[in-house]
Amino acid sequence: MSGYPSSRSERVVIVGASLTGLHAADALRDGGFTGHITLVGAEPHPPYDRPPLSKRVLAGRMSADSTGLPQRQDLDAHWRLGNAAVALDRDARTVTLEDGTTLGFDKLLIATGTRARRWPDPDEAALTGVLSIRTREDAVELQARLAARPGRVLVIGAGFVGSEVASVCRELGLDVTVVERSAAPLAGALGAWAGTAAGRLQRRHGVDLRTDTSVVELEGDADGRLRRARLSDGAVLDVDVAVVALGAVRNVEWLAGSGLTVDSRGVRCDPYCRAVDADGRPCDDILAAGDVACWPHPLYEGLLAVEHWDNAVRQARVAATTILHGPVREHTALPTFWSNQFGLNIKVVGVPGRADQVAVLQGSVERAAFVAAYGRGGRVIGALAVNTPRALDAYAEMISRRMSFPPDLNAADAPDPVHVLDLAVPAAG
Amino acid sequence: MSKSTGVASRPVSVSDVSTPRAELFARVLDPASRANPYPLYAALRSEPVSRQSDGTWVVSGFDEIAALLHDPRISSDMTNAGQSAGGQSLIMQDPPNHDRLRAAVMGRFTPEVVESLRQEVHNLIDGLLDAVGSGTSLDLVEEIAYPLPVSVICALLGIPPQDEARFHGWADTLARTLDLDPTMSREEQAAIDHAFTELHHYLENLVADRAEHRGDDLVSGLLTGGDRGEPLRGQELLITVRLLLIAGHETTVNLITNGMLTLLRHPDILERFRREPELVVPMVEELVRYEPSVQFRYRAALADIEIAGTTIPRGSVVVLLLAAGSRDPGHFTDPDSFVPDRIPNEHFGFGGGIHYCIGAPLARMEAQIVLPELVRRLINPRLTMDPPPYRPTAALRGPRHLWIEVDGIRP
Repeated sequence: MSGYPSSRSERVVIVGASLTGLHAADALRDGGFTGHITLVGAEPHPPYDRPPLSKRVLAGRMSADSTGLPQRQDLDAHWRLGNAAVALDRDARTVTLEDGTTLGFDKLLIATGTRARRWPDPDEAALTGVLSIRTREDAVELQARLAARPGRVLVIGAGFVGSEVASVCRELGLDVTVVERSAAPLAGALGAWAGTAAGRLQRRHGVDLRTDTSVVELEGDADGRLRRARLSDGAVLDVDVAVVALGAVRNVEWLAGSGLTVDSRGVRCDPYCRAVDADGRPCDDILAAGDVACWPHPLYEGLLAVEHWDNAVRQARVAATTILHGPVREHTALPTFWSNQFGLNIKVVGVPGRADQVAVLQGSVERAAFVAAYGRGGRVIGALAVNTPRALDAYAEMISRRMSFPPDLNAADAPDPVHVLDLAVPAAG
Repeated sequence: MSKSTGVASRPVSVSDVSTPRAELFARVLDPASRANPYPLYAALRSEPVSRQSDGTWVVSGFDEIAALLHDPRISSDMTNAGQSAGGQSLIMQDPPNHDRLRAAVMGRFTPEVVESLRQEVHNLIDGLLDAVGSGTSLDLVEEIAYPLPVSVICALLGIPPQDEARFHGWADTLARTLDLDPTMSREEQAAIDHAFTELHHYLENLVADRAEHRGDDLVSGLLTGGDRGEPLRGQELLITVRLLLIAGHETTVNLITNGMLTLLRHPDILERFRREPELVVPMVEELVRYEPSVQFRYRAALADIEIAGTTIPRGSVVVLLLAAGSRDPGHFTDPDSFVPDRIPNEHFGFGGGIHYCIGAPLARMEAQIVLPELVRRLINPRLTMDPPPYRPTAALRGPRHLWIEVDGIRP
């Protein structure tokens, strides 16, 4: 086993200069690391914050330029921005960049995150007006198009990003059609029950929500500008802006041939963020964290892959600990995330998407202030808090304690009686 | 009168606490412990969730208090633990009713309203210090700390100045209702009942008057409602106004008094504060941690709660010993020291969770104005008696008198 960095000569290369990379570098310096840190970023910008892009930036209430992430200290790092990594050679311990540069490392942190899934037809995807929202540039372009007040905006996909975009459109007084292939918005993350409630909410806010529907064709004009969308329900919409919100794809292509275990769920890691090789052995010198990583979590079956802000920060810090001290601290934090849409504050802890049962335990869905707990196999595995953000800590504790589901809380604001609803059992990840 | 003003620091030790752990909270309630309950808290904290011999569960660890403040199995309605119904004010209620009442108050008790009282607080402290005149001794409680907050609340509620004296009496008596003290005498209970009745009649008339003649006071505001809260009416309005009086008065008296007492016990910090007036913001925060007006709050367990290796059974009375959590060495470095620039300072001095003190911004503002003025104008202040005599109330802790000798009052 190799040693852990302690001297100036040690080189840590962090591939990915966003939230995870920044926090890892910060944690390394906090931990007393005095060696070289190189941060490699595919995008030309210093680390910036993505959650506002689909919310305040899109609504024109915050400029994309002001999303830069604060750097708490002078990281004394070498920044290689706008220069994506294209290959990893584990034996030579080098990363090759787009411009041909080769960087040697003693420790490598893979934090390349995800990118927006593109519209599958490349010609249609190339039409002017067909946009995604993942980067600063995406947000700037979409914000400008919304500010120009298009007749109708088409949102393809009703996950969290798609729903947030639809919410901003309604806030701006724009007509919006949301097309969702499944039966309800947000259903992947929150299950059909909450998805159905979210669907009612969206319609009440004037969204033309079409579930169990897909877009079959995007049509452009002679100048390559989007003009129409054909839907599977036979409708033809005149639109010149379509937001493709079909989820994210992990940026792992550059790791092909590296000998690491990598698939569509990301880079397979152990609980200490060490990347696992093809034989299932963790590599002491190659780690992964953030959206690009998947790892076994003690509370959940199979592997967990979490594309949320909070996980990026926490996992980055665990990775830094492993870089500095070896495998001493496991990444066992519960996933949490939040969203703001249609006037609601939504917070989630655990993994509701894997639940087989759900029950509202506090508040009322009708009054749009409630907490729902999610169970799987008779244990609490997740919770959703709508307009009751402070409630979630208690539920996180229940998840960590594997409390039986439904938990006996007898909360003062519990519905009477508490109804337990069965959900379609999703596969473990 | 005896003098012992050289008490700059009084190390807190648990060595003199030989009480069985299950009897410690009974000693907290004992007025004899009032001057310094902190060694008892430290002894309790060695078992952060501790069952007392009377069946009460005392929670004294920072993490445990923080968890229970946000736990849906914890109720503020003590009828859930077999206690008689309290005043049914919003601090004794749970969601959703609590949320509705709180929203009604929050919608009217805005930062602008707090800010509008700033000049009033300046005028009050100026006038009260002027009234001390050329004397060389004063009772800070009677002459400054007590009259000031009740006048601020009266200004907030729109109570005419000529009625303030009656409010002083009621507020004093009703503060005792914040203890669930089984040793309370029949006379005390009768006095409380009497004060309730009188205050109730007064507020009924006040509300009826405001219903006819709306002003820009808080009572009129609550009657009108706002964007974030529906209007309050009838008993709910009376009970809410009464709560603002009780909760907002005594706590601020104690904040000012405890603040001056703490400064006089730490002459080095007092000197530093004279030189660095900007210290006032973190220092007031530290005061609220170090000598909080509200020492603990009662709760009821709605279900069995597993915590800190034990289980609080459903129906139990739970004491959240906030003042002990705010001195938990697991969360604060050197917790028994008064560190005027302690940052961060995540204490329980204003509670936490959904019941977090509504009046915290007003209390901070009052202390931030009054303490610098006291330090500026009192020439060479010394404690006449340390510790001072305390009020009996354990939950709402503060000196009954704070006699101070001075060489004079600066203009």
